[in-house]
Amino acid sequence: MLTTRIIACLDTNKGKTVKGIGFKNLKEMGNPLKMASEYYKQGADEIVILDIGATVEKRKTAVKMVSTLSENIFIPICVGGGIKNTKDIRILLENGADKVSICTAALFNPDLITEAAKNFGSQCIVVSIDAKKINGQWFAMYNGGQKNSEKNAIEWAKQVENAGAGEILLNSLDTDGKNTGYDIELINRVSETVNIPVIASSGAGKPEHLLEAIKAGADAVLIASMLHSGKYTINQIKNYLKKKGVTVRC
Amino acid sequence: MIGIIDYQAGNLKSVKNALNKLEIPFKTITKQNDFFGVKKVIFPGVGAFGYAIETLKEKKLFFPIKNWIQKEKPFLGICLGFQLLFEESEESPGIRGLGIIKSKCFKFNKGKSPIIGWNKVTFNDENLKEFNRNFFYFIHGYYAPVTTNNCIATTNNIIEYCCAVKHKKALGIQFHPEKSGEIGLKFLKKWSEKC
Repeated sequence: MLTTRIIACLDTNKGKTVKGIGFKNLKEMGNPLKMASEYYKQGADEIVILDIGATVEKRKTAVKMVSTLSENIFIPICVGGGIKNTKDIRILLENGADKVSICTAALFNPDLITEAAKNFGSQCIVVSIDAKKINGQWFAMYNGGQKNSEKNAIEWAKQVENAGAGEILLNSLDTDGKNTGYDIELINRVSETVNIPVIASSGAGKPEHLLEAIKAGADAVLIASMLHSGKYTINQIKNYLKKKGVTVRC
Repeated sequence: MIGIIDYQAGNLKSVKNALNKLEIPFKTITKQNDFFGVKKVIFPGVGAFGYAIETLKEKKLFFPIKNWIQKEKPFLGICLGFQLLFEESEESPGIRGLGIIKSKCFKFNKGKSPIIGWNKVTFNDENLKEFNRNFFYFIHGYYAPVTTNNCIATTNNIIEYCCAVKHKKALGIQFHPEKSGEIGLKFLKKWSEKC
């Protein structure tokens, strides 16, 4: 059976790994290349790099970093952060990224998803949804989670699938960085709405949280501060999940 | 010297990175003349079946590839490069593949699609026995059924399906060895040196 993927995520800014809470108050966590290589060795199934720096200058740093990373680690690498058009996507794919993650640009131009899927294959196109619960409903946020698109996040997920995305990376503004668990209800709602893989993200603090997300329907779980803090290794996490009956690569 | 087919449709960097890591020399093949001096060919395919066939014909690579395989020279087709060895695929009705494997590829209609992730592979080939029951990385929306002719490896996700075929010196694999960590690199090294 296909294994549940354990994905290590690094948010980067100006070439350094960072971590925040609710996408704010970024703290420096270390050298991305060193950290990604370590997670590769520990058995990460994929790596996601989210480049928070949005300027043209900072994009060049990200491209160079991805290129070097792809020469040293041999698992899929997904890169996101400020991608605006197919030109940005092409540069990343040509420089070692296997997939790209788009968020804000897709919200304002869903045709970008279709165009990108057509040009590069839907398996390369991950759409990231930053959801925030407001008055009982989840809304899709943008610009690093700061603004509300007013689009219902669940409906947006369905639209994203119809537009040709290969996967959804599901983030929650409400649980991000708090280490108190994923937004289980959100994961459940999106998983039953779409037939493309859903990667659960935001909030994992211990292996039990990953199990909850998987039971709620996540095809993959993304972790960040759990690893960056050194509190857990991927081996430990996979061994725990395996004991609980989850099919994992180990 | 290994030749990597480049028909401008996908990302070759991953395969090149893997070969560089293994210190295996290679060149890219973009036209018929480029086959000169090449001892083995890798065909990393990405994208859609029909579009790939049309592009190969446009670039006059379709028949040179077919000839290479029919002359029993070493060939490794990866992912779409594996599916293109078939006669046809449900993905692109009416378009004929290389026709080396007398079978057809179908769309997954159970479970999530595309299939993205790691799965255990069971190899039934003496030469590849050492890789049996290891995890490799898959990413595909169409598949070869378990009844496929010349099938030498299977994997299982809701249904059991074929993930490698062999015809003389042509080997086709559904999974991506260049993205399958250390075991994938080992696979590429084995193929480059012994197949």
